[in-house]
Amino acid sequence: MADYNWPEPGKTRLIGRRINRVDGPAKVSGAAKYSYDLNLSGMLYGKILRSPHAHAKIVSIDTSGAKNLPGVKAVRVIQEAGAEIKWAGDEIAGVAAVSEEVAEDALRQIKVEYEPLPHVVNEEDLTKVSGREKPAQEQLKGEPGEALKNADVVSEGYYGNAVITHCCLEPHGQIVSWDSDDSLTVYASTQNVSGLAGQLGEALEIPVPNIRVYCQNMGGGFGSKFGIDRWGVECARLAKLAEAPVKMMLERDAELEVAGGRPSLFANVKVSADKDGTITGWQSESWGTGGMGGAGVPPLPYVLTGIPHQKRKHTFISTNIGGARAWRAPNHPQACLVTMGAVDDLAAKLNMDPLDLVLKNTDLVGERKDVYREEFMKGAELMDWRKKWRPRGQKRVGHKAYGLGLGMHTWGGRGHNSTCSLSINPDGSVEVNLASQDLGVGTRTIVAITAAETFGLALEDIRVNLGDNRLPVSGPSGGSTTVGGVSSSTRRAAQDALEQILNRTAPALDTSPDQLIVEGGRIQVKGNSSKSISWKQACGRLGVNSITTTGRNPGKGSLNSSGVGGIQMAEVSVDTETGVVRMEKFVAVQDCGLILNMKTAESQVYGSIIMGITYSLYEEKIMDDVTGQMLNPNMEFYRLAGLGDIGEIVVHMMTGPGYDDRGVIGLGEPPVISPGAAIANAVANAIGVRVSTLPLTPDRVLAALEKGGVA
Amino acid sequence: MRKRKGPKEMGEVKVSSREGPDAGVSRRDFLRGASVAVSGGVLVGTDVVKPAEASPRAEVMGPGKVLVKLHVNGRKHSLSLEPRVTLLDALRNRLDVTGAKKVCDRSTCGACTVLLNGKPVYACSVLAIEAQGSRIQTAESLMQDGKLHPVQAAFVENDAQQCGFCTPGFVVASKAFLDKNPNPTPEEIQRGLGGNLCRCGTYVGVRKAVMDAARALKGGPLYG
Repeated sequence: MADYNWPEPGKTRLIGRRINRVDGPAKVSGAAKYSYDLNLSGMLYGKILRSPHAHAKIVSIDTSGAKNLPGVKAVRVIQEAGAEIKWAGDEIAGVAAVSEEVAEDALRQIKVEYEPLPHVVNEEDLTKVSGREKPAQEQLKGEPGEALKNADVVSEGYYGNAVITHCCLEPHGQIVSWDSDDSLTVYASTQNVSGLAGQLGEALEIPVPNIRVYCQNMGGGFGSKFGIDRWGVECARLAKLAEAPVKMMLERDAELEVAGGRPSLFANVKVSADKDGTITGWQSESWGTGGMGGAGVPPLPYVLTGIPHQKRKHTFISTNIGGARAWRAPNHPQACLVTMGAVDDLAAKLNMDPLDLVLKNTDLVGERKDVYREEFMKGAELMDWRKKWRPRGQKRVGHKAYGLGLGMHTWGGRGHNSTCSLSINPDGSVEVNLASQDLGVGTRTIVAITAAETFGLALEDIRVNLGDNRLPVSGPSGGSTTVGGVSSSTRRAAQDALEQILNRTAPALDTSPDQLIVEGGRIQVKGNSSKSISWKQACGRLGVNSITTTGRNPGKGSLNSSGVGGIQMAEVSVDTETGVVRMEKFVAVQDCGLILNMKTAESQVYGSIIMGITYSLYEEKIMDDVTGQMLNPNMEFYRLAGLGDIGEIVVHMMTGPGYDDRGVIGLGEPPVISPGAAIANAVANAIGVRVSTLPLTPDRVLAALEKGGVA
Repeated sequence: MRKRKGPKEMGEVKVSSREGPDAGVSRRDFLRGASVAVSGGVLVGTDVVKPAEASPRAEVMGPGKVLVKLHVNGRKHSLSLEPRVTLLDALRNRLDVTGAKKVCDRSTCGACTVLLNGKPVYACSVLAIEAQGSRIQTAESLMQDGKLHPVQAAFVENDAQQCGFCTPGFVVASKAFLDKNPNPTPEEIQRGLGGNLCRCGTYVGVRKAVMDAARALKGGPLYG
C-alpha cells in the first residue's frame, strides 16, 4: 500500500527548494504560444460592435454596409432591435473578416439607432442612486448598541474602495475552428480548461464531447476567465457562418470596460474598545456595486470575526457598468481595508501603536491567533517597526511625511478536485497528464517537481501535459485551489506508479520491494548502493507496456489542507505639496503550509504586493456620470505600477514545524488582500488624516489634507 | 523625449522611441493618417503637428495594398499590406512572429517592444511600411545556437516572469537598455525600463535580472 504523504521535511531533493519554472526559457524567448498568438490556416479576425450607451433600447440595427464590404465573411446581430442595453460596451453585433483592419472597417459600417434611457454609473454618493438599492445582508450578534454606549472609546470612520478591473495583459478571447457541423476546437485564454466545453456546448446546442479546448499558455486571468462569455459563443457562431476559423481577442478598451471588474465597497463604521484596547463592538453600514448583477457580501468585520458585539448591514447598488467578476480573493481586499482602517483609526484615538492594538486583540481572530502573533513579530523585525513607528503626523522631512501601516488577512486555499494520469514508459520517460492550466503561477513546474521528487529523477525527466480538455479532468484555477489539487493528484498517482515499478524491479535486485529506494536516477537497495539498477534499465524491463496510474484529489493521506494567515506592513512617504504617495518599503509575512517551490511561491507574494500597490495607489474604473462611459479604458489612464513605483519589498515565508506538516495550501490570493489596508493606514500615519477611498491618488490625498493633517 | 527618425524613403514621419514616457502624438491612428498621405503630416518634437513642406521625395502610398519588404530576425519577407497596418500586426498576423505581444496597442505598456536597427520601439506604433529598410529584431532572435541570451537567462533565473505576456517585450527592452547603459544603477534601471508594464507583478525579479545580466554581459558570472 503506497504511502500518500509528502516526504519528511528536510529529506526532500526538490520540494521546498528554489527551482526555475520549467517553461521559463519558452517564455523569455517568445517561443511560448498563447491563444492570442496562434494563427490557423485561413483564419479570419472577429470583432464586436459595442454599445456607446450605458442604458438604452436598440431601435434599429442595419448591418448591410458591413455585409457588403469586400473581405467581410460573416456578420451577426447579437442583440436585436428592441433589446435593452444595460452597460456601455455591451455586445451589439459581430463581424469576421480577412484582416483586423477590414473587421474594424466593417464595424464602422453598422448603423445602430438607440433610444437612450437613464443610467447610474457611480455609487459612492448614495443620494444619487435612488431606486438602485437592494438589501444584501443584515446581521446582528450580541448587543452592539450597548457595547458602543458603554465603551471607553468609539472610533467612527468612512472607508472605500473604487471599482477596479482585472486588466489581463492577454485579453479575453479565443480562436474557434469548426471540425464538422457539430464539433469544434477552441483555443481559449482561460482559467478553466476542463469546464469550458460544457458552457459552450450548452450555448451552441452541440454535444460537449465534440468540443476540444486548448490553452497551453495564458496571459493572466486573476479570476476573470472562468467563462466562455458571450464573445466566445459569438466567435463560434461567426466561425460557423463564415466556414473558417475565427480569432476574436478583445480590444483593450473592451477588456477594461466589460471583461473585468472588482466590486466596490464603501462603509461607515463604528468600532468600540476598552481603554486597554480590547475591541468590544462593531457596527457597519456598507454598500457597493458589481454592475447590474450581484457582487457577493463583504466579510465584515474582516479576520477579527470574534468581536463580541456586531451589527452589519450591506446594500447592493445596481449600476450600468460592465459586470463584476471574481477578482483575486473576492471581497477580501475591500473588507480588509474597511476593517483594518477602522482598527487603525481606533488605535490613533486610543493613542496606541496599531501593532499593539492588533496584538492585544489576536483572541478575536480564532484558530490562527498564534500564527498571526508570530507573523507580526517577524514583520516588525523586518520592518524595524518599533524603531520607526511614530504617532500620526509626527515624522516629517521637509514637505515629505513618512508613515507606517499594517494589515492582516486570511484565506482557505484547499486543493480542488483534480484527476491526473501518470505513465512510466519503457524508455524511462515519465508523463503526467491533466486538464489543468498554468496561469503563470508555475503549475507545470509544481507537477514536475512532485513527480520528480517521488521517482528520484531530475525535473527534465518529467513531461507535464496540460491545457487540453481531453486529458483527465482537473478543476478551474481559482480560489488558490490549484496547487493543492494538482500536487496531490500527482503525488498519489506517482506513489502508486512507484510501488508498481519497485515491485517489478525487486526480483532483479534479489530483494523485496520494501527494501528499495529511488535516488539520483537509480533504484537501489537501502543501505547498499552497489546493489542498484538505473531508472532507465528498470523501465526497460517493462517490455512494451507502460505503467499507467490515475491519481485523484481529494483522496487518501494528508497532502493538502486549508486556511492561512498573513500580515503585511507598509512604509510610505507622502509629498504634502503634491499629494503623491511613494512606496518606501513593504514587508509581507505569509504562511501557506508546505511550500513546493520556494522561488515561485515568493513570486506569488511579490506579485500580489505589486498588484496591491497598484490598486492602492493607481487603479480605478472611472465612470462618467454624463455619458455613462468609462473614461479610462486604456493603459495610460487606467494605470498600473511600473518598475520604479514599488519601493523595497521584503517577503518572508513561514516554514518549518507547524507549517510544512499542514500539507500544501494555495497562495495565489492571500497576499493580495492586505496591501490596501497597510498602505492606506501608512498614509494616515504619515499625514495625520485618513484618505478614505482607494486609490490614494494625489487629488484625494490633497483633499484629505485640506480637512486636516500635517500639511 | 528622444525621437527616432524614420527611414528616409518614408518622408518625414518620425517614430517614437519607447524610451521615456510617450508624449502622446505618436499614436498609431495618427501615424496611420499621417502615413496615408505621407507628405501631409509631420510630427515634430513633442506634440506639434505642422503641415509638411513640399518634398521631392514625397510619395502617396495606399490606401490599397502596397508591397512591403521587411527584414525580420535575419530573414527577408515581401508582403502585400495596406499602409495602415502596424509593424506589430504585420509581425503577428502576417509573419507569425508572435514574441511581441499586443496589449495596449497605443505605446503605453511596452509588451510589443522590438528592435529597429538595435533601437527599441513600440511595434504597435510603427507602421510596417516605416520599418522597411531597418533590421527588425524580436525576442525570438536573441537566442543564439539554442542558448539563451544573458538577459533571457537572467529573467529565467530570477523568475522575472509569471504569465509571461509582458516578458518578451521586457526582455527586448532590457537588452536594448543594457546595450546603451552597460553599467546601470538600480535607479537607472527603474527609469530606463519604466515604460514596460507587468500585471502579475514581476518587477522585483526584473530588477534583479537586469543587474545580473549587466554583470554577465561584461563577462562576469550571471548569478552573483
